[in-house]
Formats: sequence, C-alpha cells, structure tokens
Amino acid sequence: MFLDLFYGLREEGVPVSLQEWRTFLTALEKGLQGASLLRFYHLARCCLVKSETYFDAFDRVFARTMRGVEGSFGDDVTEKVLEWLRDPKNFGELTPEQLAELERLSSDELMRRFLERLGEQTERHDGGDRWVGTGGRSPFGHGGQHPTGIRVGGTGGRRSAMKVAEERRFADYRTDRTLDLRSMRVALRRLRQLTRTGLATELDLDETIDETCRNAGEIDLVFRPPRKNDVRLLLLMDVGGTMEPYYEPVSRLLTALHEERGLREFEAWYFHNCVYDHVYTGARLTRAEARPTADLLRRLDSRWKVAIVGDAAMHPSELLEPFGGIDPRRAAATPGIVWLQRLATHFQRSVWINPDPATGWDGTYTTKLVRRLFPMFHLSVDGIAQAVQALVGARA
Amino acid sequence: MHDDFKRFRGTPGYIASGPLVDAVNCAIALERPLLLKGEPGTGKTVLARHVAEGLGMPMLSWHIKSTTKAADGLYVYDTVQRLNDSRFGTGDVADIRHYIRLGPLGRAFAAAERQVLLIDEIDKADLEFPNDLLLELDEMRFSIIETSEEIRAKHRPVVLITSNNEKELPDAFLRRCVFHFIEFPDVPLMRQIVDVHHPNLDAKLLDQVLIKFYWLREQSELRKKPSTSELVDWISALLRSGITQDRLEAHIPFLGTLLKKEQDVDALRGYDERKGKYPARWSDLGPRYDQ
Repeated sequence: MFLDLFYGLREEGVPVSLQEWRTFLTALEKGLQGASLLRFYHLARCCLVKSETYFDAFDRVFARTMRGVEGSFGDDVTEKVLEWLRDPKNFGELTPEQLAELERLSSDELMRRFLERLGEQTERHDGGDRWVGTGGRSPFGHGGQHPTGIRVGGTGGRRSAMKVAEERRFADYRTDRTLDLRSMRVALRRLRQLTRTGLATELDLDETIDETCRNAGEIDLVFRPPRKNDVRLLLLMDVGGTMEPYYEPVSRLLTALHEERGLREFEAWYFHNCVYDHVYTGARLTRAEARPTADLLRRLDSRWKVAIVGDAAMHPSELLEPFGGIDPRRAAATPGIVWLQRLATHFQRSVWINPDPATGWDGTYTTKLVRRLFPMFHLSVDGIAQAVQALVGARA
Repeated sequence: MHDDFKRFRGTPGYIASGPLVDAVNCAIALERPLLLKGEPGTGKTVLARHVAEGLGMPMLSWHIKSTTKAADGLYVYDTVQRLNDSRFGTGDVADIRHYIRLGPLGRAFAAAERQVLLIDEIDKADLEFPNDLLLELDEMRFSIIETSEEIRAKHRPVVLITSNNEKELPDAFLRRCVFHFIEFPDVPLMRQIVDVHHPNLDAKLLDQVLIKFYWLREQSELRKKPSTSELVDWISALLRSGITQDRLEAHIPFLGTLLKKEQDVDALRGYDERKGKYPARWSDLGPRYDQ
C-alpha cells in the first residue's frame, strides 16, 4: 500500500524522488504520524509534495490508495494491506538497485507497526496520541484553550484524513488548469535573456584588479555594461466572438505582462479571428485604432518574440480565402493564413497560446493549420511556462 | 513512540493549525529545513519568531533581497576595513580573522546553543540562490577560505524558510525540505486569530466583518485578495471609528485598508453603482460558509 502511494504520485506526475520517500519513511519510523490517519496524511504530504500545485494530485492518490483503510482497523484490513504489499507491480522506470532499496525501506514491519498504532487509536482515544488528537479529544485538539495556555487552532483536528483528501480543497491551485495572476507572473519571470549591451556603467571589479596588477599597482578602472534583460515581446490578442468567454484569463495575461518590468520592450495589439491587413491598438477594433500589420513587420526586427493569443478556430474561408475576414467593412485581399505565415517567418521565435483545451485542437481544421505555423500552448500556467520556454529556451 | 526531540507546541500569541504544528515538528525531528509557502499575510514570517519562543531557542533571521548572495549568509571578508586599517595603522591587520564577519547562517552554526534560523523570502534572490546553499544546509558546515578554518555546526539549527512564490525553487533544493503550505484560514480559525488581536469584539459585529471579508475574497474580479493582516487592520479602523453593526450590513467602509489595487477599488465601486447587494448573512455566501 505504501508503494501504491509512491507510484500513484509518480503516475500523476508529482515529482517524488527516492530521497523524499526515504525522508518520509524516516519520519514514520520516528513515529511522527502518531496514531492518526489524518496526521499520516499531513506527514506524507509535507515530506513528499513540495508544491501546493500538486496537493490536488496528492489528494486524489491518497483517497484512492487509502480507501478501505479508514473506518475499521481490525485484522482484516491488515490482511488486505499485506495482500497489497505482496501484489507484484510493474516497476518499469526504476533500476533494480533502486527497487531493492525501495522494498527494503518500505518493509512489512513498518507497515505493521503503523497499522498497530491505528488499531490502538480506536481502542484508546486519549492515550494513542499525546498531543494533537483527532476528533478533538486530546488536550491540543481543535478550538479550545489548553489549561496551560497553549492553543492549537484549525479545523483539521476534527475531520478524517479521507474527508480532507476527498474534499480536494486544493483543486484551485493546480497549474495545469488554472490561471491566477500570481502564478502567471512566476511563469513569465523566465521570459528573460540576460545580455550585456549598451553603455559601460558598471565597475567590473575582477577586470579592474587584473588590469591594476598588470599595471604594477597603478589603479586602472574597467567598466562594463550592466546585465539587462534583452527580451522584446509582441503580443497579439484575438478579441470578440468565440474569445468572449476567455476575456478574464486573457486580460490577466495582459496585466501580468504589463507588470513584468523585466522586459526590454513590450507591445500589445488586438485582432479579430485572424490577423489580416490591420491590427488594432484597442480591443474595440475601431478604424481609428487600426494600424497596418505590415508596419509591425517593418518596425520590429526578427529578434522580437511573438505570442499570439487566440482560439484559432474559425471557418476555413476566414483563414484561407481572399476577403475572408468576417467583417465586410474591413475586407482584405490577402488571406489570413498568408499574414500568419509572414509573422511566423519574419520573427525567429513565435508561439500561439490557445485558451481552448488542448484535447479539441485536433478536431478543428483551422487550428490544425495554425499549428503547422506556430507551436501551440494552452492558456494555463503550465502552458505559459512551456510557451516561455519555447520563446527563450534552448532550441530543441 | 520516540519523544527524544524538542517539540514545538504553539504559543499563546500564534494560532497554528494542527498540520502546521506537525510540519514544524517533522522538520525538527528530521533535521530538515521547513519550507513555508502561502498567500502573503498568512503569518509565515511571524511563525519563526513563535517557533523560537515556543522552543525557547534564540532566533536569527536572514532577510533575502534580490542582491543577496548565498555566500553572504556564511561570512563576509571585510577587505575594505582591512585596507583602511592598514593605511591608518589601526587594528590588527596581520590577523585576517579580525576581518571575517559571519553571516546569519555562519552565526547559527557557530553558536553555542541551538538556534532557530529564519531565511525569509528566499524567492526574492536569484534563481540559483537556493542551490548554492545545498551543501551547507545538508552538512551544516563550511570553510572560510581566507583562514582555512572550518565552521561546523555545534547544534543543527532549526531552519525555517519562507517563500512568497515569486519564483520557482530548484528541485534539488525542494527535495531536501519539508514543505508546508499555509492555507488561508477558514472561518472558525479566523475567529480565533481575530480574537488574539482584538479580544472581546462584539460577536455580531465580528460576524458582519467576516461575512464581508470572505465575500470580498470570493469576488473573482479582484486582482489582489485581502489577507489576514489586512482584515486585522480593517477591524482596527472600524473600531476606532466606532462603527455599528447595522451600518456594516449595508456597505463596506474603509475599503482602502482591504483593497490595495486601484482596479480592485474601481471594480467594487462599479458594483456599488450597479446597486449590487452586499451579503448580510452567512447563507448569502453559499453552502461553503453555511453554519
């Protein structure tokens, strides 16, 4: 059962290493879980999971592996757990040595002792656990004031571990689905390429010492340009129509980028459905806000990074045919796909960020076409992190 | 059950949840650093002081800035002072040891008794910063190159590290830590926390305050949700102005103490203008808050 937890976490993509597993088992040996499944849950979580973004995955795995253990802690459960332990598993990704180590560490003995203690808990409510009990029975339980004035708050004490796990309160912290401003900023922080360009204003101490020594002690100051972020970003955003439901996440991305002071230059433009002859400075796409797309290509050199945010889902004619634009007043002779192609070839690095879930991308004809031109990422914290990697990371 | 290590049990001035107390003790027992994350204003930094108080150990803190280097925490060789002394003939220039200043980590190692060491806001520093500390935190020793002296921890300090999640931390570093995420306090816990800061608050007033506060936090338009420390400030403001519970039912005064972003204040003003209703009962907040 212990190993089920370990492998379950790894299957869910939680990066649990052998080192952390060993830490967890040491903690169990020290008896830190006391005799409560709830504390076992928290102990496992604080040793094995190192980011709140994985808490939800942990909850799911914990609920799955531990189901049946809670409730009755009689002999039959021990039997069942031992059965689990005997169950041969597919240990593909670990080496035989690691496997042996894992087996040795997660011994039946440890399991047995833990179950014994769980058993004790049902018999002796107060004695089993000496300082934070479940069900508020110990002196340090929930909501009270201990005679000596020591308070332990929280509601955790009264709930069972399974309830805590099944509540899945941490679903909001998942980075593969959600997009809060803070975590987005973390993802965007990687959008940097430090280079030394510009005026030499910073004293280079090492070089100064070197040069001074060469000069036989006559001081020779050496200056160098400070290290600065060299990333210039062009953001093109699809607005209106099918993008309407995504207004909130897209505006958050825009806010985060505006606040990302590290960028050397940043420009944001709007379009509807697909980029045609014109892009717009405002989201209402009025005539006064229109600027020729060709200007962008002339003005911005190929080192600019381009991120296009849009669902890429449209009628094929809107992408492929001349005068395909959905708005007849802004008819443009050049098909959208040509403009996209120009963007993709002019700039060295560009990405497409799609708010639609990735599962649907293959089902839409135009999305498939756009994906041939741009690497596509989902509009989520994880997706943005990957997009940033594609923009500034080493080329694969 | 092993009880051979010193345990933290909370202090009267700090309301810690059971899991948090467990995580602190787990870190102490395993002699691993405890990494604390959580929304700003959930009391990460304050915890260290109370852990030190609860364990009866002295505390050292090391506040990290964007320019902090890992080596600064160990020791600094004060070359400028030495140069100065040599020019003006003051101090004992011959002995380099006079110019080695131990940093917070160095002092924690060298101290005669066990210390609580707080490394505050580790995410402020460069991305590589945590990795530069791995060896020192693992083996609890380092060498001073200038004097070839080795500083070895007499007692492994209890290391607490806080992060505001502004940067990701390297995996190798994370693997060595015990991790605890301080959840935003739920209503019963929040009542206790408020009680520490504002004892004897009228129960009905407190209810109104908390309903408004949690309602605000539920509003998805807000870019920065108000936190515990802001709630405490807000209550101070309310108490000083002598506000009554009925006035609080209809609107939210002193919004500036709760919302710190212009867009957020605007968003709420917009809500006011649309004649949006403010909740007055817990049941208005939905089933999660029904009590």
